[in-house]
Amino acid sequence: MDLEFSPQEQQFRAELRAFLVAKLPADISRKVKEGKRLAKDDFVRWQKILHAQGWGAPSWPERFGGTGWSAVEQHIFDEESAAAGAPLQLPFGLKMVAPVIMAFGDAAQQAQFLPRIVDGSDWWCQGYSEPGSGSDLASLKTRAERRGEHYVVNGQKTWTTLAQHADWIFCLVRTASEGRPQEGISFLLIDMKSPGVTVRPIIMNDGEHEINEVWFDEVNVPVGNRVGEENRGWTYAKFLLGHERTGIAGVGRSKAALKHLKEIARRETCRGRPLIEDLRFRDRIAQVELELMALEITNLRVLSSEKEKKAPGPEASILKIKGSEIQQTIAELQMSALGHYALPWQPEALDAHWDGESIGPDYAAPLTGHYFNYRKTTIYGGSNEIQKNIIAQMVLGL
Amino acid sequence: MNFDYTEEQNALRDTLTRFIAKDYPFEARRALAKTAEGFSRDHWSQFAELGLLALPFPDACEGLNGNAVDNLVVMEAFGRGLVLEPYFATVILAGHLLRDFASDEQKRALLPKIGSGERMLALGHYEADARYELARIATTVTPQGSGFRLSGQKAVVLSGGCADQFLISARSAGGSSDAQGLSLFLVDRHTPGLKLSSYSTQDGGRAAELVLDQVEVGAQSLVGSLGEALPAIERALDYGIAALCAESVGIMGALNEATLEYLKTRKQFGQAIGRFQVLQHRLVDMFIATEQARSMALLAAVKADALDPAERRRTLSAAKAYVGQQARLVGQQAVQLHGGMGVVDELNVAHYFKRLTTINLTLGDIDHHLGVYSDSLLAA
Repeated sequence: MDLEFSPQEQQFRAELRAFLVAKLPADISRKVKEGKRLAKDDFVRWQKILHAQGWGAPSWPERFGGTGWSAVEQHIFDEESAAAGAPLQLPFGLKMVAPVIMAFGDAAQQAQFLPRIVDGSDWWCQGYSEPGSGSDLASLKTRAERRGEHYVVNGQKTWTTLAQHADWIFCLVRTASEGRPQEGISFLLIDMKSPGVTVRPIIMNDGEHEINEVWFDEVNVPVGNRVGEENRGWTYAKFLLGHERTGIAGVGRSKAALKHLKEIARRETCRGRPLIEDLRFRDRIAQVELELMALEITNLRVLSSEKEKKAPGPEASILKIKGSEIQQTIAELQMSALGHYALPWQPEALDAHWDGESIGPDYAAPLTGHYFNYRKTTIYGGSNEIQKNIIAQMVLGL
Repeated sequence: MNFDYTEEQNALRDTLTRFIAKDYPFEARRALAKTAEGFSRDHWSQFAELGLLALPFPDACEGLNGNAVDNLVVMEAFGRGLVLEPYFATVILAGHLLRDFASDEQKRALLPKIGSGERMLALGHYEADARYELARIATTVTPQGSGFRLSGQKAVVLSGGCADQFLISARSAGGSSDAQGLSLFLVDRHTPGLKLSSYSTQDGGRAAELVLDQVEVGAQSLVGSLGEALPAIERALDYGIAALCAESVGIMGALNEATLEYLKTRKQFGQAIGRFQVLQHRLVDMFIATEQARSMALLAAVKADALDPAERRRTLSAAKAYVGQQARLVGQQAVQLHGGMGVVDELNVAHYFKRLTTINLTLGDIDHHLGVYSDSLLAA
């Protein structure tokens, strides 16, 4: 048992820090730290820089072009990237579809898709949820009908994050309607430029365009774009959800957010003193910090044990539940810290090129919207209630 | 960074698991708590044979050079067994305090005797008006001939009734809450002027009130340097906090297992109550709380050995507050999910819950330690 970073791990951290100082573009990190809107190009530019360094896929094994980093090294990378204001590497390609292609795809699929994920050429989105299929995902209705060497896809996906930028979508589709609903699902990779694919924006509670509906009308998909066997997609989907949960604890990002919260609480005033001196508010910061301290260790414990088992276990659901609760609490405290100036809605202030005058403190504009937006964290990726069902069934055997 | 126990630690855990299963069944423990002394001298001898009583001591004092993670392994198992013997008072509190603060001569004289099971000690530090404030000590010490004279009172001295000797803190200089001016003395149980009244505690353990009425002790009874005992006491109590966190995690694990079993077997409305989602999610909350508490207990153990006192202090307070919150949730909900069976004396659930509750009120409660941690944010 040793919870200190080894000299090699400290050296690794120093190397990352030096890299981030040298290579992270200042305009991008400023946007991240100030909560401004990020453009597609910001994500892609950063992915290409990481790729040039050989760090495009921190969670992948080396044989697929990943770094082969240990759980601890990935944690250090997340922490340093977040502290430096690097954009989040979006999980849809790297952490969601890629592990499925690695585990269940054929050699041709691996050669076609994986290099373009790691070098930032392809932007992926996730086609799982449908209007009638949220937590009960297996009830999904989007149909894929086999016609010769193609599937013809009809139906609708929803809540599709950043589909407006996507080159590809990985979809769960129904290929059979007999038997249990789980047994007739296949996993398809669909080119977003295919005729018949339509993306319609959904505006979220912060007024921003982050999620979408994706419609499929007689979309032709080559059979070669099916991953694994027909009607076995549910197995792959569950595998994917396990991988998604591991990244979702977000310890590094929450540490950075907590630091920002403390900075705000030092600058805001309460009864003529810095807000952080207010016992009631400070205790709330302390409380969430304790949760995060514990989660950091839990996260590393789970990831280290997964390294041996080679696959995420249902324990990863703990990380999703606690991680999302902590993210929400910090967001709420950041908003609350603003007092009166939590009220103004100034969406133009989220544009990095805007040079108007802030209403209230310059850090205020994004925070309330961020609080509203972050209610999503306990809902997406399998709602926290679904995560509890998973633990109850898979861990406790109830 | 790694999260593996050593082979020795795994072997120790296996040994203790077998000991608890075989020699510490709940009914025997329940009977033991009702005996006059409240624990078993035979068990104490077994602990000595297993090396547990010498675990943290250096080789030079016939010890095993253990660290706080070894303590964690022991205390987690003791939590599951609700062990009554005065291990916490003698080995964890007094043992670490002597190890880190006493002269080599005192260590050579005392630690082997603790390790062999011949001698039990207790720490008399907290006082009635001080609540959890460590420096607020009103017991006084004045020079008397070549030695010292002690007067004052010590509150709720854990396992005081069986102690052969006490480590007593007293103020040799400074005002009532000054960090400087506290000294530590080794006082024999039968020293004239020392009055002891032992009683049972809510969890089946024992504690004592001590009154020191002009107790005279020799010069050799001073432990460490005069007036500089507080940092050493604070450090020993941090070992105590780490140990209590580990004990809590052991209890929480046992409560979760008992509750899971109950949910699978208890039937209402024609089905096992574990089929009800509201109860499933409650147990999941307990499971998550326990895993999070385990993480914090590990951190506490590792940081108890840390060299930087400020870092050690804030982390141990963080752990005591956080593990306490999770333990409260698990304890209360284990009782709730057991229904009426949760509140009866004949089931272990009530006893686990009572022990978690008293742990939360020992060495500083949740509010105290959350406050310490919260205040540390101002300095950061």
